[in-house]
Amino acid sequence: MSVNVKTFARLADAASALANERGARFMGGGTVLMRLINDTNPAVETVVRSTDQSLLHLAVSSGRIELGSGVTMAAVLAERDLAFLHAAARAVGGPAIREAATVGGNLFARTPYGDFATALLALDATVTLAVGLGQRELPLEEFLDRRERGTSLVSAVAFKRPAAEAFRFLKVTRVHPRGVSVLSIAAQLPLASGRITGARIAFGGMNRTPVRAKAAERALEGRALDAAGIAPALAVAAEGTAPADDAIASAWWRREILPVHLRRLLIGPGQA
Amino acid sequence: MKTPVQFRLNGEDVAAFAESGANLLDVLREVVGDLSVKGGCWQGSCGACTVLIDGAPRLSCLTLAESIAGRSIETAAGLRRGAELHPLQIAFMERFAAQCGYCTSGMLMAAKALLDRNPSPTREDVVEALGGNICRCTGYEPIIQAVLDAASGDRRRRA
Amino acid sequence: MFELRKDIFADERDDNLKEIGQPTQRQDMLGHVTGTSTYYDDHRIAGLLHLKVLRSPHAHARIRSIDDAAAARAPGVKRIIRAADVPVNLNTLLSLIQFGKDDEPSLANDIVRYKGEPILGIVATSERAAIEALGLVRVSYDQLPAVFDVEEALKPGAPSVNATYPKNTFEYHGKYDHQKLRYGDVEAGFAQADVVLEERYQMSPIEHAPVETNGSIAVPDTNGRFVVYTSTQALFFSLDTAAKINAVPSNQLHFIGGTVGGGFGGKVDTMTEPLVILAARLTGAPVRYRFSRHEEMQFGAPRGAERIYVKDGVMRDGRIVARKVRAYFDSGAYTRLSSYAVVKCVAHIPGPYTIPNAHADVYCVFTNRTPATAMRGFGVTALDFALECQMDKLAVAIGMDPIEFRILNAYRDGDMKAHRREAKNCALIECAQVAAEKANWPLREQFRRMSSRIGGGADRTAAGVDRSRAPTPAAPARTAAAAPQRVAYERPAPPAPTPPPARGAPPPPPSPPAGSTHGAPRFSSVFGTRRR
Ligand SMILES: Cc1cc2nc3c(=O)[nH]c(=O)nc-3n(C[C@H](O)[C@H](O)[C@H](O)COP(=O)(O)OP(=O)(O)OC[C@H]3O[C@@H](n4cnc5c(N)ncnc54)[C@H](O)[C@@H]3O)c2cc1C
Ligand code: FES
Ligand code: FES
Repeated sequence: MSVNVKTFARLADAASALANERGARFMGGGTVLMRLINDTNPAVETVVRSTDQSLLHLAVSSGRIELGSGVTMAAVLAERDLAFLHAAARAVGGPAIREAATVGGNLFARTPYGDFATALLALDATVTLAVGLGQRELPLEEFLDRRERGTSLVSAVAFKRPAAEAFRFLKVTRVHPRGVSVLSIAAQLPLASGRITGARIAFGGMNRTPVRAKAAERALEGRALDAAGIAPALAVAAEGTAPADDAIASAWWRREILPVHLRRLLIGPGQA
Repeated sequence: MKTPVQFRLNGEDVAAFAESGANLLDVLREVVGDLSVKGGCWQGSCGACTVLIDGAPRLSCLTLAESIAGRSIETAAGLRRGAELHPLQIAFMERFAAQCGYCTSGMLMAAKALLDRNPSPTREDVVEALGGNICRCTGYEPIIQAVLDAASGDRRRRA
Repeated sequence: MFELRKDIFADERDDNLKEIGQPTQRQDMLGHVTGTSTYYDDHRIAGLLHLKVLRSPHAHARIRSIDDAAAARAPGVKRIIRAADVPVNLNTLLSLIQFGKDDEPSLANDIVRYKGEPILGIVATSERAAIEALGLVRVSYDQLPAVFDVEEALKPGAPSVNATYPKNTFEYHGKYDHQKLRYGDVEAGFAQADVVLEERYQMSPIEHAPVETNGSIAVPDTNGRFVVYTSTQALFFSLDTAAKINAVPSNQLHFIGGTVGGGFGGKVDTMTEPLVILAARLTGAPVRYRFSRHEEMQFGAPRGAERIYVKDGVMRDGRIVARKVRAYFDSGAYTRLSSYAVVKCVAHIPGPYTIPNAHADVYCVFTNRTPATAMRGFGVTALDFALECQMDKLAVAIGMDPIEFRILNAYRDGDMKAHRREAKNCALIECAQVAAEKANWPLREQFRRMSSRIGGGADRTAAGVDRSRAPTPAAPARTAAAAPQRVAYERPAPPAPTPPPARGAPPPPPSPPAGSTHGAPRFSSVFGTRRR
């Protein structure tokens, strides 16, 4: 039996179809979903699409940034005002994947995919769901925690623009130029008179979903960005992570290299 | 269930009936009959199926066929103008940038996407642009050189 | 960049040739760049059906029962193919040259011996319908103990993998469980050696990962013939194999191949053709059987795993006096081509070096892993990896430069090889000299002067630091005791401003190569040594 494809002009109609149809999945760029369909995965019976232009909404102001869930990685890369996010967008697949891959789809991509979601997590993003005729906003962290159970449609993500130079992203891969993550790290490091206040660090590839590195965040509070300042954070970096053994790397290896790359992200490779 | 889709393929109007949920790769090859597009994985990993959709490189195996209604598709079959080869085709020949040839259509289209937007790419740009395309035969270097040759227009250049 | 060193052995070659030495365009290149080369799947065939096979989820199990009733009723299903439908359901690839016994079914009868072994086929109107129907087949299994390690498989009491070879080893010449090489007396060599080094090496299976997966299409033709479009890289080999399994004369099969989307050895196993022809015979319709990427990576035959033990005896003057190799090829559950890889391996021992005492025992072992097959230099590749790692370690152990160490021991024309054939057309010394030159790796004068020709090198004992004649380390610049020059195998600092060696590194030999054997006809040592 072929897959049922239902296309809706209005987001609300798509949202209700997604909630009510059996085995229904929303299609963003399809870079993950089409693989399942091509493999004849029995879990996918109905595909819900929407041509609603609001999904492509991209609003950049000095304070708040909003990205519709249908915004692609290529669209993020085309936006000069989002330069701080370019490393994270470029981390997703090759050029052709990035033309299709959406922000919304990345929130659902299974580990070790989810590089862009990792960046959004360190930006303290919120997720907007289309529910019935309305919307519901919740923190990304909470969304990721429950995403496996949900059948709701993500309409957008939003976050505060980070201070200049405060946002960093790094992806570790074994295949160059384009490979799946061994792990990825995103960090937002606001500095007040040389001291970090309210750091946000997120790891991709270290858990079932991208996760916040809360122990490391706490250990950075009030510290300087230098070898001595970050040492306590490196020591607790792997706390709370539960990486997997997969074809890309072993859990052991991921845990071993995590502090090494966190150090590089925080103060660069040269400074031990 | 079949769904009608209309689009432009290499400048010509095409109408086809696609199986519901079918990918563009299968529709191009098995319904429309453009066999220049190759499939190596049907999961986005090899790049053999790369085509241009409205000028952007896309993996046809991951593209829902019905989503391309009204769009313009370019494939390797449309690269040459009559008898005249595209500079990329000439450069690929001269640089020995194909062995089995199975990845070549996808490589050419990924390279064309790059050159259409950036006529004088650096080596890094070329490597990046071909980053989603796998070649198991050539070792990549001849392909990178061919794209650089085509860009510089200097087909006689030899290292 | 590419460079032909025609100055080397120039006197032995006629360079006045039209094609050889001239760049030539591939004849299929225009097709490749225009997307018009015809691969097996580039045929539009009306009414095409699709074959997919059910694969074992277990590495070793007895099939208790198969219930395919629901699958047979599923939408689009045209035919179920069971083991009993396969006319000759036991084959081995090299039976075509009378090498080995039939040991592998096309569809498993009663026992599955590796994860992914085909059990049953479904022919349907689309791949999707075939895959959906496969999901409805119910198989019940009794799992059996499995073995995944070559040495474990040889231990008493190990699970027996392959019914044709119950002891888990391929049988050579109808009676031997391994291939042997015996030359000189290795034990005497070890006793004489200054340093003896034994190491263990191993290599994991490697997947060819051709961009085009394995596949074929069989189309019924007139007069009971079938046209078969195939990705095979061994057209007539696949034709004969498919004819045997289908019990039809080979003139009923018209194989069309030629343009292969990458093979590297992974498309000789004829994994799809026999069943796709059977499917076309049973349905009277054209059928395609194409591996998914997952099938290609997981069940397509890889280069097999190997484990290799190497024990060497070496003199402080640099001569290797004994080499003993014990190696195990992991054939997986069936033979395919690993038996032949072992023969090639033994033919390659002790590597391209003149060693007076050589000894080898090499086993082709069955385990419950995916059957292995050919891949670019198989039988030799992993062995060379082991031997060359070993060469570096030996050089360090005796404090000798690793390239000089190789030059000293390399075959020269006229040397007697361990297989009791005279070495001919040798060129390793020249290769090593040029490589050293390109890498700015300093070689001592006498090593730069050596040549592969008869009489083209100094006496081996005089060339190195001859410890037998100078037992007290008077000035042992390169012994293990005095810090070896390059223990870490690192590139040395660029040489002091010594003048670079003249172009054409090998100097003219002392006397014209009167008895040169360069240019003498070569011949394959692989089956040349095979007794029937
Ligand atoms: C070759 C290859 C390489 C890749 N490399 C990377 C990589 O390096 N890093 C990385 O992070 N990812 C990678 N990916 C995965 C994937 O491309 C990205 O994660 C991408 O962002 C997914 O977005 P999509 O729009 O294509 O998702 P889709 O395939 O459309 O959807 C994925 C899942 O999310 C659901 N979904 C999508 N959008 C919504 C929505 N708005 N509301 C509710 N549910 C939704 C779908 O139902 C589906 O279950 C790769 C994929 C491939 C094929
Ligand atoms: S077939 Fe589309 S990427 Fe491989
Ligand atoms: S030429 Fe064979 S895969 Fe590229």
